[in-house]
Amino acid sequence: MEEENKVTLHGTWFSPYAKRVELALKLKGIPFEYVEEDLKNKSPLLLKYNPVYKKVPVLVHNGKPIAESFCIIEYIDETWKNSPQLLPEDPYKRAKVRFWSSFIHQQLYEAMLTVMKAAGEAQGKAIKELLEKLQVLEEGMKDFFPNGTPSISNRNMGILEIMICSLLGPYKLQEEVIGIKIIGPEKTPLIFSWLTAINELPLVKELAPPQDKTVALLKFVRENALKSSSA
Amino acid sequence: MEEVKVLGSWPSPYGYRVQWALELKGVEYEYIDEDLFNKSDMLLKYNPVHKKIPVLVRHGKSIAESAVILEYIEETWPQNPLLPKDPYERAMARFWINFVDNKDKAAPIVTFFIGVGEEHKKATEETKELLKILEEQALGEKKYFGGDEIGMVDLAMGWMAYFGVIEEIVDVKILDAESFPRLHAWIQNFRAHPVIKSNLPDHDKLLVSYTQKRQMFLGSTTT
Repeated sequence: MEEENKVTLHGTWFSPYAKRVELALKLKGIPFEYVEEDLKNKSPLLLKYNPVYKKVPVLVHNGKPIAESFCIIEYIDETWKNSPQLLPEDPYKRAKVRFWSSFIHQQLYEAMLTVMKAAGEAQGKAIKELLEKLQVLEEGMKDFFPNGTPSISNRNMGILEIMICSLLGPYKLQEEVIGIKIIGPEKTPLIFSWLTAINELPLVKELAPPQDKTVALLKFVRENALKSSSA
Repeated sequence: MEEVKVLGSWPSPYGYRVQWALELKGVEYEYIDEDLFNKSDMLLKYNPVHKKIPVLVRHGKSIAESAVILEYIEETWPQNPLLPKDPYERAMARFWINFVDNKDKAAPIVTFFIGVGEEHKKATEETKELLKILEEQALGEKKYFGGDEIGMVDLAMGWMAYFGVIEEIVDVKILDAESFPRLHAWIQNFRAHPVIKSNLPDHDKLLVSYTQKRQMFLGSTTT
């Protein structure tokens, strides 16, 4: 009986995937218990709930686990139908939103990670690719924001905002670590104003981890990758 | 008149997924086969971001990415549903479609097809592990991945229905009835389904096509 309607999220403070689910739950005002996982010492529960990937995030609702942030967010939208609706109503608009979510998740995320972990010529090449992909996204978003200035609030934040926020919300910190600007009002005006609007929301500010902690982690990831690639 | 077009490229299972979904729902469409070495203006126009198939075009508007297209088809033509009604069951279905589309997870299958030597041995073992997960966790005791009826997950697993041709070419058998009884039974059921039966690539043509592809890959790595 205690299991009924109970929502638990297993995540880590630095996982952008877990952040997506957190944002979705908070936006919908769904009460949940958060369990911070230590990925070097995964809890038996996590291994039981996600035997296929053994990763975070995992959402547990009514004792039943769901893994993969996309699947979880669609589940949340279908189960808790209160505002904001994370995906639009119309099937064609839903398809567009899913397409771009997938683009941000696969293409952009991978490109950013490659830049983060590379140096010298390899990094130069990776940065070029990342900037190209950002331009593709910039073009794609014109469809969604025909007026050019996204106005984002807790009531209209949806899955695309969640995706871009989880990846590029901390873009200034990422730029600090990789040593190059990737988002800006000249190069990516739409993405820039979109992220600015999203980052202004109190909910987003509240969920952002401390800046120094994030920078330290990004630097650690980068140094680690550079060390092992030059070994 | 629905005026639906599907751009695919024989024998891509991603293209077949879309066709199967439309056929199962009784939706009329025009199929256009693309030569991926000579992409049509239509393909470049309708999928400028990835320039890949499949693409579905309806009322002049295009949708790319097979998983996205399948969801669109399900939502637009709700007859003969391919997803369960229950949100949890739907999440599970999406999980398994995502699993099989995950390129890191699927990489061993590609290496099983075009790899050689030690690399190939490793890929064979990894492919067996993948199939074990599908056999035990995704399919389990059910007739289809979707339950009693074919569902979206079955369409995503359609590549298994002609995996036998790859095994023939590589001369290594993994998906046999003894090692994977449930998957083996699924393949028979899937291939026998009235809609799927008339929409499967011809065995002999596949043998020729896949042999050519494999030689192409092997050739390019030996220079």
